[in-house]
Amino acid sequence: MTTTSITPVPALTKPRKAHKLAVADTVLDNGLRVVVVRKPGVPIVELRLRLPALSAKPSRPAQASLLGETILTGAGGLDRVGLAGTVQGLGGDLSVSVDADRLMLGGNVLATEFAQLLALISTVLTEATYPAAEVATERERMVEHLTMARSRPGTVASEALGHRMWGEHPYALDLPLPDAVAATTAAQLRKLHADIVRPDAGVLVIVGNVTPARVLDQLARAFAGWTGRAGAGRVPALPTPPSGPLLIIDRPGSVQTSIRMGGVAVPRSDERYPALQLANLAFGGYFSSRWTENIREDKGYTYGPHSRIDHHALGSTLMFDVEVATEVTGPAMLETRYELGKIASLPVTEAEVDNVRQYAIGTLALSTATQSGLASTLSALSAFGLGLDWILDHPQRLSTVGVDEVSAAAAEFFAPSRLTGVVVGDAAAIADPLALLGPIEQ
Amino acid sequence: MPRSPKLPAPSFELVHHTLDNGLRIVLAPDRSAPVVGVAVLYDVGFRSEPEGRTGFAHLFEHLMFQGSANLEKLEHFRYVQSSGGMFNGSTHFDYTNYFEALPSNALERGLFLEADRMLGPRLTEENLANQLEVVKNEIRVNVLNSPYGGFPWIYLPNVLFDTFANSHNGYGGFEDLEQATVADAKDFFNKYYAPANAVLAVGGDLDVDQTIALVDKHFGVIKKRRAPKRPSFAEPALTAERRATHDDPNAPMPAVAIGYRVPDPVGSLDAHLANLLLSEVLSDGDASRLQQRLVHRDHLVTDIGAYLGEFGDPFDERDPTAFTITAHYPDARSLKAILRAVDEEIEQVAQSGLVVGELDRVRTRLVSVLLRELDSVLARTLEFAKFQLIYGRAELIGELPGRLAAITEDALRAAAAELRPDRRAVLELTPSGHAPTAGGAK
Repeated sequence: MTTTSITPVPALTKPRKAHKLAVADTVLDNGLRVVVVRKPGVPIVELRLRLPALSAKPSRPAQASLLGETILTGAGGLDRVGLAGTVQGLGGDLSVSVDADRLMLGGNVLATEFAQLLALISTVLTEATYPAAEVATERERMVEHLTMARSRPGTVASEALGHRMWGEHPYALDLPLPDAVAATTAAQLRKLHADIVRPDAGVLVIVGNVTPARVLDQLARAFAGWTGRAGAGRVPALPTPPSGPLLIIDRPGSVQTSIRMGGVAVPRSDERYPALQLANLAFGGYFSSRWTENIREDKGYTYGPHSRIDHHALGSTLMFDVEVATEVTGPAMLETRYELGKIASLPVTEAEVDNVRQYAIGTLALSTATQSGLASTLSALSAFGLGLDWILDHPQRLSTVGVDEVSAAAAEFFAPSRLTGVVVGDAAAIADPLALLGPIEQ
Repeated sequence: MPRSPKLPAPSFELVHHTLDNGLRIVLAPDRSAPVVGVAVLYDVGFRSEPEGRTGFAHLFEHLMFQGSANLEKLEHFRYVQSSGGMFNGSTHFDYTNYFEALPSNALERGLFLEADRMLGPRLTEENLANQLEVVKNEIRVNVLNSPYGGFPWIYLPNVLFDTFANSHNGYGGFEDLEQATVADAKDFFNKYYAPANAVLAVGGDLDVDQTIALVDKHFGVIKKRRAPKRPSFAEPALTAERRATHDDPNAPMPAVAIGYRVPDPVGSLDAHLANLLLSEVLSDGDASRLQQRLVHRDHLVTDIGAYLGEFGDPFDERDPTAFTITAHYPDARSLKAILRAVDEEIEQVAQSGLVVGELDRVRTRLVSVLLRELDSVLARTLEFAKFQLIYGRAELIGELPGRLAAITEDALRAAAAELRPDRRAVLELTPSGHAPTAGGAK
């Protein structure tokens, strides 16, 4: 199709600066670090309490997960229903999530009811009872939830990749194993609570329609009775993920193949990080990336590939995931390896870097423009000793990255020879086509 | 009983404007952050698809991203993202939306991009063939290759409703999708994508007069076309129970969906809001009735939820809409007991009403959730557009807390009394496959 009389795309106008945010960042007497940000908007307050929970103990994933499911089932004379009803009546919500690094108590509440929610949280942190009947119910439910989770091909693929990358390291296990869950007792949860639900290594982030100085007073009062030191576990350093043959896990009849690959990346504090962030976007980290434009918009092999950088306490990773139709698994892997090899071997372009730079700067602003987005970002940053300054300064860092640095980061981290890979799919249909491209293992 | 908080209500400045070509515009200035949301909603969804063309509204949505009057393929994505913004689109039962979140210095560019595809998308054989493959892969990843994929939104309508418009699979069957032609797409565009059949909402960091001038400049040149007359899709309440089963080869455990036809969400808004509050009484959190009874007391189900609106958004559809209860459970023999327990809990509300404080706490939480969802400029902009399209008044969002406050316990009892066994459709999901391979690596 030819078009006549093309209308020019409007230019960008002068950007407007964001308002400065009032913030308090301090450590309470009990050792808890608190970060409070005043962010007007809707009359809600967001909170994220992050407690480190990394351990080499094999029982830890099951115990920590079950602790997360039962911490809100009894405290201060309230049972599960009493606690849930009280939080609901404040217009609030509390939930717990767990990964290998930490336990996260997250929530939100009507701003007018914030002090009451804090009092309830303090009661839970200091008086959670873990009733045996509740633990028994949640044990069964968790085993059922794990069964459902492991029926998803993406979960199977991620777990297999974790094992392949990390071997015997605790990071290898993403979800607890059913037998370990079934063996967990209420007494173990009470002991684990005493061990990790302690203020000294934790960080509490509060964001919303609040006055920071006043919130600090409220926090000091609410958490005065929460004390003690977390037990420090020894965890081995992360091994270097091996390269090696592509592991194929058979899922007979699967109409798609789930491809997962991973390699090492660098943390935000590393001077190569901004360049690596931009290289990742250009490769597969946003829609206008090489990988997406090739295997989705040109060839239609997939609904969408994604690459991303994950940050964990012990190290950062570069991760790739895509689901492709079974019959094009070979060609999709060929194009994926081609794009990886290309970005590792040849320079990226100036235009590409300009595009991803603006995207990174703009979407950082968008993702921290909501109370909940800012709270979650600050909480994630806090695990690495970073705070609001990092968010404010990062656009400047991105602005000064040169094309050469992005190319260098791509060469260092995207080489296909440095990645570990697994696929989950119909082995009878995909093994031969994949074997044409390189070594496989079944 | 603790006092219940005063329910806050959001207040927005909304400015309305209509172009000569019939395009309705809602502007919602809010200069607190330098970001804007742009949303265009067209008054066409799954329900308006022609017979033999299931899934066409969604396939067409994809085609709207494939280049337009002045833009080559891929340019839309690149212009949005290299401006620091994000984009997407989605197809619903009654409408289709297209939207961007952008730094405010890209406002005119965002308006241009939406106007350019309202002027005309590039409907070519090549784009159609490519996006057909992408859509098939979207359906594979979300439905065909996924346990519980599309359950129940794809399958329940076929049991609950009678007409093609209401009962067919909105994602579409592959055989129908493969029949779609460029001529079909041109007809669909001409009929449903007229400016007079759309609402444009712009929210965030904008000057009203300037924005109206920009809207005029970019959308004013689009020729006026007649908007199609939308037929009524209403269906009367069921008079006898319906049962069906759905085989899911990927699911490891059974599940059930129970659907009820409910009053017109627009014409009978108060009855609709009573149903909304009832759904929360039944299933919001651990203090809710179905959770307490079926999860924690009787140990019949792993999870249970009740929601209004076929996509879980109560304000997303015109008449008809559905009240749905879904549950996952480990033992296939439990279905009878599950249905009996659900009926008893609903009957209990109808006969005996609520306990003291129950309606207040549920309502407080519901209002808090509604407010929280409005914190993001893009989410807010989409809501304004949706309420303008479906309800004819974007202002209704701000009035919802007051409308909800006026709903009485008697209204909930009356709503519960309508959810009788003889008025429901029950769809049982049966795991029919070989269980996929055990999780984790070897």
